[in-house]
Amino acid sequence: MGNVGAKEIPRLLTAEGRRIDGRRLDELRPISMKVGPLTRADGSAFVEWGDNKVMAAVYGPREVHPRHLMQTQKAIIQCRYNMAAFSVDERKRPGQDRRSQEISKVITEAFESVVFTEEFPKTSIDIYIEVLQANAGTRCAGLVAASLALADAGIPMADLVASVAVGKVGGRIALDLKKEEDNFGEADMPLALVPQSGRLVLTQMEGHMTRDELREALDLGTKGCREIYERMRQALRDKYDVTSAAPLQEAAA
Amino acid sequence: MGNGHGPRHRGRDRGERPPRSEPKVLVLPGDEIPHRGLQPGFGTYRVGKRVFASVMGYVTWREPFVRIVPFAGRYVPKPHDVIVGIVQDVQKTFYLLDIDASRWAPLHTSGTPWEPGPGELDQYLRIGDAVLVAVENLDATGKIGVTMKGEDLGKLTGGTILTISPAKIPRVIGKGGSMIHTITHLTGTRVAVGQNGRIWVEGTPGGIQRVRDVLRIIEEEGQRPGLTERIEGYLQMTGPTDETGPQAPGDPSADRTEPHRTNEPPPLSFPEQGGGSSRIQIPEQETDEGEEPWET
Repeated sequence: MGNVGAKEIPRLLTAEGRRIDGRRLDELRPISMKVGPLTRADGSAFVEWGDNKVMAAVYGPREVHPRHLMQTQKAIIQCRYNMAAFSVDERKRPGQDRRSQEISKVITEAFESVVFTEEFPKTSIDIYIEVLQANAGTRCAGLVAASLALADAGIPMADLVASVAVGKVGGRIALDLKKEEDNFGEADMPLALVPQSGRLVLTQMEGHMTRDELREALDLGTKGCREIYERMRQALRDKYDVTSAAPLQEAAA
Repeated sequence: MGNGHGPRHRGRDRGERPPRSEPKVLVLPGDEIPHRGLQPGFGTYRVGKRVFASVMGYVTWREPFVRIVPFAGRYVPKPHDVIVGIVQDVQKTFYLLDIDASRWAPLHTSGTPWEPGPGELDQYLRIGDAVLVAVENLDATGKIGVTMKGEDLGKLTGGTILTISPAKIPRVIGKGGSMIHTITHLTGTRVAVGQNGRIWVEGTPGGIQRVRDVLRIIEEEGQRPGLTERIEGYLQMTGPTDETGPQAPGDPSADRTEPHRTNEPPPLSFPEQGGGSSRIQIPEQETDEGEEPWET
């Protein structure tokens, strides 16, 4: 039977193991991160990751609105992930939908596990993630941007959260899927890692993998997160241009 | 203090700190810090016997704490800090002040010079008014009690409020008040510096604009030495304040507007020596109550 008007499914993997954009299976898309582009927010970051463009802003700790959400023993984290109407090919209907609510929730929970919320009882830490352009992996890019923005805002946390998606493309496990791979691949699994403790604070999966593939994917994702983590640290250092500061090892003496 | 430094370094605005004997060590959240047997202090946390950073900043090891001097973060109140608050709400027996900390701070009538009956509080302060208050007590729940009783505390009328990162306030004040004295002296303004990063300024529109410019410079290069001298040079070079103000003429009724930042940053490089203009306006009381109590 014919293709019934559907676009042709692109060939996702060449015989040499190259992907649709020429990357190897364990290769990330190009990333650039800028810390502190917004002056009104307490902290902010802009991340370009492949064709994703994501801005994150952090406010707080500040008074809780609405007040009934206030917790007496700790701060609450309120995160809003939002995609711009112009972020995708077809205009996205603006506003919160079920998908963005879900993503907001899982990102909030990822940060609740690292931010020291007990230090700021009865307050709110508000995170706004705006996806300006989307090309698969926006929740990971959003998480990375939000994590940088939290650090930029000086909010105490155990570690930065690094995030990347892994998936199964053309029968192989691949790092950091782009849109075509996400749409036509066999599986997509966003991960978020706290590198210092090695804990995963976000794991979701769509599609199918065998147990062995899952294990391979987790390994590859962890490796990818650590690579992202190093980029994040460099982005934070770049903001303060601290090339002259002594590395920690020297001071340990 | 100051030992080993020649007179050239007299104006280094290091506050009361001893000269640094070791290079600055930058840490990011999650970095392990060698604690050298000290207790974990601000910006750190402990896992077993190891100490990690929880915020970005420079590490200091000073008995009894290893702590981080953060690059960013909201104002963290300390008892006796003098701060600038803005009335956000008027309740039956207290005002709620926005002090740019993580919480609003209640100012009870007992902490004011007035004795309003219940519901009469808005006769003295209304929403949007600015006040100079001192942090009185902090309780375990994070509540910040403030008082208006104390020398020079009270309602701030007229003037403008400018903001700067609270971390830069020691630079604004300078060693023994050298920086703030230079600024007020050369711009003909009166200022009240709040530890929460809000700075109340009263003077001509031009004078206020120049204070604003200076604060931008301090914010951007406050970590470099010799700042007081360079600010002095900058202010002398840009000349005395005229009535209309050099850059922002249309700002005469700027009563307590939130800081309105100019888009063009001020020039960041100045000659070694200022122009040394003799036409500097000196306020009538150059060391009046406008600065003294807030300098240390």
